[in-house]
Amino acid sequence: MMAQTLFKTSIGRRSFLKTSVLAGGGLMLSFSWLGGCQLNPKDGLTMPKEWFELNGYLKIGENGIVTIISPNPEGGQNVKTSMPMIVAEELDVDWKNVIVEQAPLNTELYTRQFIGGSQAIRQGWRSLRLAGASARQMLREAAAQAWQVSVEEITTEAGTLFHKTSGKSAGYGEMASAAAKIQVPKEVKVKEVKEFKIIGTSRKNVEGRKIITGKPLFGIDTKRDGMLIAMIVHPPAFGMKLKSVEDSSAKGMPGIKDIFTIKTFDDAYERQYFDTCTFPEVVAVVGNTTWEVLNAKKALKVEWETFSDHTISRNAFGSTQAVDIPAGLESTTEHMANMAQWMTKSANVVRRDGNPELAFKNSAKIIERTYTAPFLAHNCMEPMNFFAHVTAKKAELVGPLQKPEFTEKALSSRLGMPLENIEIHMTRLGGGFGRRSYAHFLLEAALISQKMDAPIKLIYTREDDMTSGIYRPTYSATYRAALDADNNLIAFHVKAGGIPESPLYANRFPAGAVDNYLAEDWSINSNITVGSFRAPRSNFIAGAEQSFLDEVAEAAGKDPIALRLELLARASKNPVGENNEYEANRYAGVLELVREKSGWDNAKPHIHRGVAAYFCHNTYVAQVLEMTFENGKPGIPRVCCAIDCGIVVNPDAATNLAEGAIVDGIGNALYGAMTFKEGLPEKNNFNKYRIIRHSEAPKSIDVHFVQNEIDPTGMGEPAFPPVIGALANAMYKATNKRHYNQPFVQALETSALRM
Amino acid sequence: MAVINLNVNGKKQAVDVDPQTPMLWVLREHLNLVGTKYGCGIAACGACTIHLEGMAVRSCQLPVSSAENKAITTIEGLSENGDHPVQKAWLEHDVPQCGYCQSGQIMTAVALLHDNPNPTDAEIESAMHGNICRCGTYLRIRAAVKTAAKSQSL
Repeated sequence: MMAQTLFKTSIGRRSFLKTSVLAGGGLMLSFSWLGGCQLNPKDGLTMPKEWFELNGYLKIGENGIVTIISPNPEGGQNVKTSMPMIVAEELDVDWKNVIVEQAPLNTELYTRQFIGGSQAIRQGWRSLRLAGASARQMLREAAAQAWQVSVEEITTEAGTLFHKTSGKSAGYGEMASAAAKIQVPKEVKVKEVKEFKIIGTSRKNVEGRKIITGKPLFGIDTKRDGMLIAMIVHPPAFGMKLKSVEDSSAKGMPGIKDIFTIKTFDDAYERQYFDTCTFPEVVAVVGNTTWEVLNAKKALKVEWETFSDHTISRNAFGSTQAVDIPAGLESTTEHMANMAQWMTKSANVVRRDGNPELAFKNSAKIIERTYTAPFLAHNCMEPMNFFAHVTAKKAELVGPLQKPEFTEKALSSRLGMPLENIEIHMTRLGGGFGRRSYAHFLLEAALISQKMDAPIKLIYTREDDMTSGIYRPTYSATYRAALDADNNLIAFHVKAGGIPESPLYANRFPAGAVDNYLAEDWSINSNITVGSFRAPRSNFIAGAEQSFLDEVAEAAGKDPIALRLELLARASKNPVGENNEYEANRYAGVLELVREKSGWDNAKPHIHRGVAAYFCHNTYVAQVLEMTFENGKPGIPRVCCAIDCGIVVNPDAATNLAEGAIVDGIGNALYGAMTFKEGLPEKNNFNKYRIIRHSEAPKSIDVHFVQNEIDPTGMGEPAFPPVIGALANAMYKATNKRHYNQPFVQALETSALRM
Repeated sequence: MAVINLNVNGKKQAVDVDPQTPMLWVLREHLNLVGTKYGCGIAACGACTIHLEGMAVRSCQLPVSSAENKAITTIEGLSENGDHPVQKAWLEHDVPQCGYCQSGQIMTAVALLHDNPNPTDAEIESAMHGNICRCGTYLRIRAAVKTAAKSQSL
């Protein structure tokens, strides 16, 4: 008997309980002009007259058209295509007959509707397959009943049901009405990997045509009758708060409706994990048009004052924490000096294997290096914004955010309105990168709408966006390695910290590969607010660690890939300690693949190469970056990237994401930095904050996936962190100088001029 | 406030606005053409790129009064159904990630190919320098511009 993969449907909560048979095109889960993918007349599809909902993820029209509901927000990671592909695969339909709709926030129907941790595909894998497979089973049962045959004899192919013996066949649309009345099966068979027809094939972005024709898709494109425009004015510096507002002249300006202050959180409210808010009291300016509001904003006279040390209460996934917010106007120069003090101090020991002190004492050679990186602003191309329409009875919110479920709770508390009266609709995000996990702007929009008793759209100017905090923290890590007389790595020590958090992952490679290992962390508090930034903490520690290993390999007289493989072989055969958070063989696998594909063993003249490999967010990535110097200018002709993310759902989209992560990683490592002077963020727009541009991107990127049948893992983040190490290592080869402090651009350009 | 006569995507229409209002906001809020995006407001990111008499300009720095009666093209006016050669090339290469900057990228690319139907890589990079893509789709943009150049020359 053939091996079968059976999934129990009992995990399905309400999404797999039959809800209702919707007639007359009643799109229970759809909304407004921003949501669904309209049929394109060129595709030759016609909208069905009736929809039959088989579960919370899909409905089938009488003409065989299938709507698949994509549960998670879409911010460029392409889940709005990839997640429905998984449902379509198990449903066994032709992808060209599929329409995709964005689900609103619905915690009853869906789990984990958020962008974060590169988890959408990994954690959605099972329920998405189940949604498709259980609906297919219901269609087969409907056909079996109609034809009075055994369900086992009903087969499907591309949206058609067949009974081979009798020669009967019917489209899904013909059986949809009957299938919707069938009990949801208790257990269903899902496909074997070799049976996949959609998963593993490249499918184009379902919103591609809308994007390239400029259709309204983004939160900032939202428009309603009677909608007003709102902007905020926030304190100019961290460590400051509102003192007074002089708005008499601004209030009288053309188009201005009102100017008032809002308090985003009540003092007594226990904030949830994603309720970070830099400036909890801001001035709101509301008017008819953006231009009028912008002008009034400039005319406003606001006084600010420094705040004192204070404490807020925060609930971090069940436990209440007191978060101290220190007073003071902080500067980057002090930050650097304060972090440097930790180079020589003992910190908090997180992991200790063997006897590192003794091993260092008995070693033949010790290497010690310190790495730093600055605060980073996310700089999503679509500035923070949200539409809100709050009435006495209900609140409707439309816009881009990453974690609606968490924001909903804060909103319910702030408005004093039960969750069931709050609707949150997710629009396409014009970039997220972690920034839109902290949706204080949604609360601000709701409070402004409530005060105005009107629908409003809150828009942050670029300057408001860039200076409103929630940055990637600034970090520092000091590494030490001990080699014995035979150049074996006998001890490894990492001490990592930052403002206000440490980037340490104590149980990641090379933990488990070295007998004597010590990992310590420290942190320095600050009033500069921080939050997740693409591959949090990994986005720094990977580059530091991979740069350091490059120096260890050099000191040991070993090829950098060979050294890593040697350590991984040790971790695989005879791991040191417990809780090592990686599979050494898969780690080695991407290194082997990148060695082969990059032609690592055949060096080319004038091409300076750096390698790095990292495992985070459940995916393994190795990269080789090639650098040239021509006419005193550094260039990156090629990045070769090997990835093990298990089954690749949509290869071209995954490749696009890896290319983007590589460009983004290089850009932030070379140019990214938010600096402060007396609390003031020194950059407020793209004329000051340097973002990588066309000519600075690599000339080519080739992405190679390890072929296996392991359940898929995420792609949004893992290709970002290691490229910073590969870049630093290539820069060393190109300049004969190690680079320890990001952003690298100035040191690199100075080195280039000297060459 | 003043009545300004505009010619947007071949359609003549009048708006009654402050003559200093940037074209960007007139397009987005008065004419409901939201394909032109706000990114920086200081002509530093290219998200708001439109064509003024065939030239690529940043609409966030273009007062509506200075565009009076001049031919303006926005992303919505490039083609009826996304079938301009540059748009088709964008679909072929599946360029966008988040997609927010892409209408600006496309408008710059169309203007480039109008002036220089067969640009080199360096000419593409130079012409597109003012358009930021935060997701890092630069390689696909370059490939799409080259595909469009080829298809236009057929």
